Amino acid sequence: MTPNKSLPVLSDADAPPPSPRDGVDPIGDGPLDPARRAFLRTAAAGTAVAALASCSSGVDMEDFLRKHFKELSPDELKKVLAKVEKRNQERFGKKTTVSAKGPQPGVEYGYGLDISRCVGCRRCVYACVKENNQSRTAPQIHWIQVLEMDKEHGVDLAHADLYYEADAVPRPGKFYFPVQCQQCRNPPCVKACPTQATWKEQDGIVVIDYDWCIGCRCCMSACPYGARHFNWATPNLPPEELNPDQHYLGNRPRPKGVVEKCTFCIQRVREGRYTACVEVCPVGARKFGNLLDPESEIRKVMETKRVFVFKEELATHPQFYYFYAT
Amino acid sequence: MSGILEFVKGCVRQVLSGGRAYKAWMAFLLAMIAVGVVSYAHQATTGLIASNMRDDVSWAFYIGNFTFLVGVAAAAVLLVVPAYVYQWKPIKEVVVLGELLAISALVMALLFILVDMGRPDRFLHIAPLIGTPNWPASMLTWDALVLNTYLGLNLVLVLYLLFKTYRGEHYDKRIFLPLVLLSIPVSISTHTVTAFLYNGMAARPYWNASILAPRFIASAFCSGPAVMIILFQLLRKAFKFDIKDEAIWKIAELMSYAMFLNLFLLGAELFKEYYSATEHLLYTQYLWGGIGEHTVLVKYAWLSLACSVIAFLLFLVPQTRKNFLTLNIGCVLIWAGVYIEKGMGLIIPGFTPSTLGQIYEYTPTRMEWGVAGGVFGIGFLTFTILVKIAVPILVGTFRAPERAHGHAPAAGYPVP
Amino acid sequence: MGYVRPRIGALAVVAALAVVPGWAGAAEAAPGATPKAPAAKATRPEPKPPLLVQAEAPPFSEGIYPCSACHAGMPKNGTRRELVFHDEQQAIFDHGADQRWCLDCHDLQDRDVLRLANGAPVPFTESYRLCGQCHGDKYRDWRVGVHGKRVGHWNGEKTYFLCVNCHNPHSPRFKGVQEIVSGGKKTVAPTLTYLKPEPRPKRPEEQRR
Repeated sequence: MTPNKSLPVLSDADAPPPSPRDGVDPIGDGPLDPARRAFLRTAAAGTAVAALASCSSGVDMEDFLRKHFKELSPDELKKVLAKVEKRNQERFGKKTTVSAKGPQPGVEYGYGLDISRCVGCRRCVYACVKENNQSRTAPQIHWIQVLEMDKEHGVDLAHADLYYEADAVPRPGKFYFPVQCQQCRNPPCVKACPTQATWKEQDGIVVIDYDWCIGCRCCMSACPYGARHFNWATPNLPPEELNPDQHYLGNRPRPKGVVEKCTFCIQRVREGRYTACVEVCPVGARKFGNLLDPESEIRKVMETKRVFVFKEELATHPQFYYFYAT
Repeated sequence: MSGILEFVKGCVRQVLSGGRAYKAWMAFLLAMIAVGVVSYAHQATTGLIASNMRDDVSWAFYIGNFTFLVGVAAAAVLLVVPAYVYQWKPIKEVVVLGELLAISALVMALLFILVDMGRPDRFLHIAPLIGTPNWPASMLTWDALVLNTYLGLNLVLVLYLLFKTYRGEHYDKRIFLPLVLLSIPVSISTHTVTAFLYNGMAARPYWNASILAPRFIASAFCSGPAVMIILFQLLRKAFKFDIKDEAIWKIAELMSYAMFLNLFLLGAELFKEYYSATEHLLYTQYLWGGIGEHTVLVKYAWLSLACSVIAFLLFLVPQTRKNFLTLNIGCVLIWAGVYIEKGMGLIIPGFTPSTLGQIYEYTPTRMEWGVAGGVFGIGFLTFTILVKIAVPILVGTFRAPERAHGHAPAAGYPVP
Repeated sequence: MGYVRPRIGALAVVAALAVVPGWAGAAEAAPGATPKAPAAKATRPEPKPPLLVQAEAPPFSEGIYPCSACHAGMPKNGTRRELVFHDEQQAIFDHGADQRWCLDCHDLQDRDVLRLANGAPVPFTESYRLCGQCHGDKYRDWRVGVHGKRVGHWNGEKTYFLCVNCHNPHSPRFKGVQEIVSGGKKTVAPTLTYLKPEPRPKRPEEQRR
């Protein structure tokens, strides 16, 4: 299913004017000391770059001297975004727009997944890959993992199969349990990251700066949901399949050696749109909306159905809820 | 300043001179390093996909080696404790050699982290002040902190002591002793923090057991001294190095206690897992019995246990402890037992099955062996060079020229 | 059984209930008509009237609608029986078949509309009201977006799908859907076959370079 293109879309005039500060408001942690850090970085980077540039290809002085995403001034952010677009052009020969639109105030995203509806067709898996520019093969990266489980055992990972094959779904005696980033309120991955390359935004989305990640994979060990994926090689992404509508913290193409994950389609939801998986789901099992809006679909789910979160014993407090509508 | 230049020149001379066996050993190490460099070049161009690590098992052989080596580094310096308690005569030598081993092990441990990183070019992002370390939340920042502190501390200690001795001067006990004593808690904290790195991950029930850090320390007390025992014997033969048999036997005895503790903690862990038999049993089961047809690790687990138990017995019984043949067999067995336990037995079952219950059986690729070989090559080369410089200084054959024919007081023993 | 008049005498059961495009605005109890006043609260800085757009329903079977085209001239027979026409509906009919037959939902008097249990006529465009009289829980869920599917904007205009976009009224158990174009617009229609899943992910050991 694709959205009905002939329908009038929410006009941009309704949206607040895009501000260059969008997305750069520091979240959570107190402000760092940019001036001091920049000075030290310049001092240290000179020698470090000289040492590294010789042995590691593609290291760029500018990247090296760059500040953390949250420290960037609006002007610096603009430059960084332009650079990403330029790199996209070089790498894919395609024009792309890379936004860094920040969270909307008064919005906290929530996701609901109706286990009694999901038939395990994996449409969401591939819609997500297409939307979010994941590597297609070697490594094949899927942000959504659909597990086939036995009705006999219930939600039991010891009896879960990610690699089921069938001519028709649902298969008798089975049910399906899709897993993706649960956008935890208490994210173990953010705690584990040694460089603050991943953080939780005000609207609840846990994001990664692919230009800050050192590829240590602590977050992958820390994530109880297998939601984080590593670019074991340069992503294999055919230029003709590149989605040009990109977000800096979301679906822009990733380099080799960094971690990526579901961002609730940050490039879509911050524009007010549903995620790609919600739009494609043929059974309407996926619900998305603002947890602070009592009229949103996700709030209606929480009020009328009994929801549960995956691995609640770990106290990660996901913003992703499972429920059985029947 | 010319003194330092002279010292460096002297060091180079020390390193370049040696018998046939020494040169063969150095050539072997250089060959290992060459293999490592070629392997790493392949990994750097292809990406970590050239390893067998995947999303399901995202840390493996490299990180296992790292863990083991942190243990070696931590335990080497802990020999200071018995040296003081039992008032061994060559205490300074014991301290210095322990620290040299710690330095080499730390070099290897840090290199294993570096080769495991997807973006080693961005390593400065973790550095204080110039980067944005997620301190104090991230255990890896703590680990980087304590490992580098420990490395720095050891380097300062060793350089200070060796340079002073080289100059024929007495070292200042007021500087030396506090630093040595400080290095003991730091060494323990390196291994504890490394254990916490895994321990703190609630997503991995296999690691999320409070017994992990104590087990790390117990097993480290075995693996580190095992190297030292063999080294002491070699040095006794090659140089006139005064280490008494009793000292070596005492270390072996302490190792048997540590190994007992390690085996006891292992038993406690196995009891808890198998008796309660919750869903968390799967990881332990994967290591010790396999899950279905997935049994890659089982042979390693039992081999490691056999090595550890035999070594424990060899070190426990006074007759075999005091026989240098069985003692050395015991050292090798302990090394092997702990290496497998920390290398394959700790990291991989933590990931198998994955957090979503899927089983991927990891075994290292040839490239991973190559890179690991290279790192070990660099580590052993470091150690060999350091020993080659340090020992002549300690035994008094390598001295500052102006002091060489002066009076060389008892090789820099502390001023009483 | 006996009353057989193929073509003109057939009961005009459509392949799937449908919406005549122009009627969309008449939807009384559709999600769009749900009072939305509570949404405009201070917690939302820019309260926007949620724009709900009804998706295009699947089209009627070729040459069946309007039903009155055939039925107008036929005698009205309300007796439950097996029909000789409308085979494809009878073959798949699996909607409480023991208790129900055509005229429980199709109106005997006016063939171009449906009827509720109380006899009130319901246009095909509002078939969800008919569904809702038995499936009240689903109906309530659907009206607030808990059951069924919506696409578009989570905080703006969204398109909601109707019962008949996913469920064949004559065999309503969900099997699958397919994308179709109806009334010049993309929409979905139920299928009688189950969905085939997309390829399984590659196993870790299959990912080499």
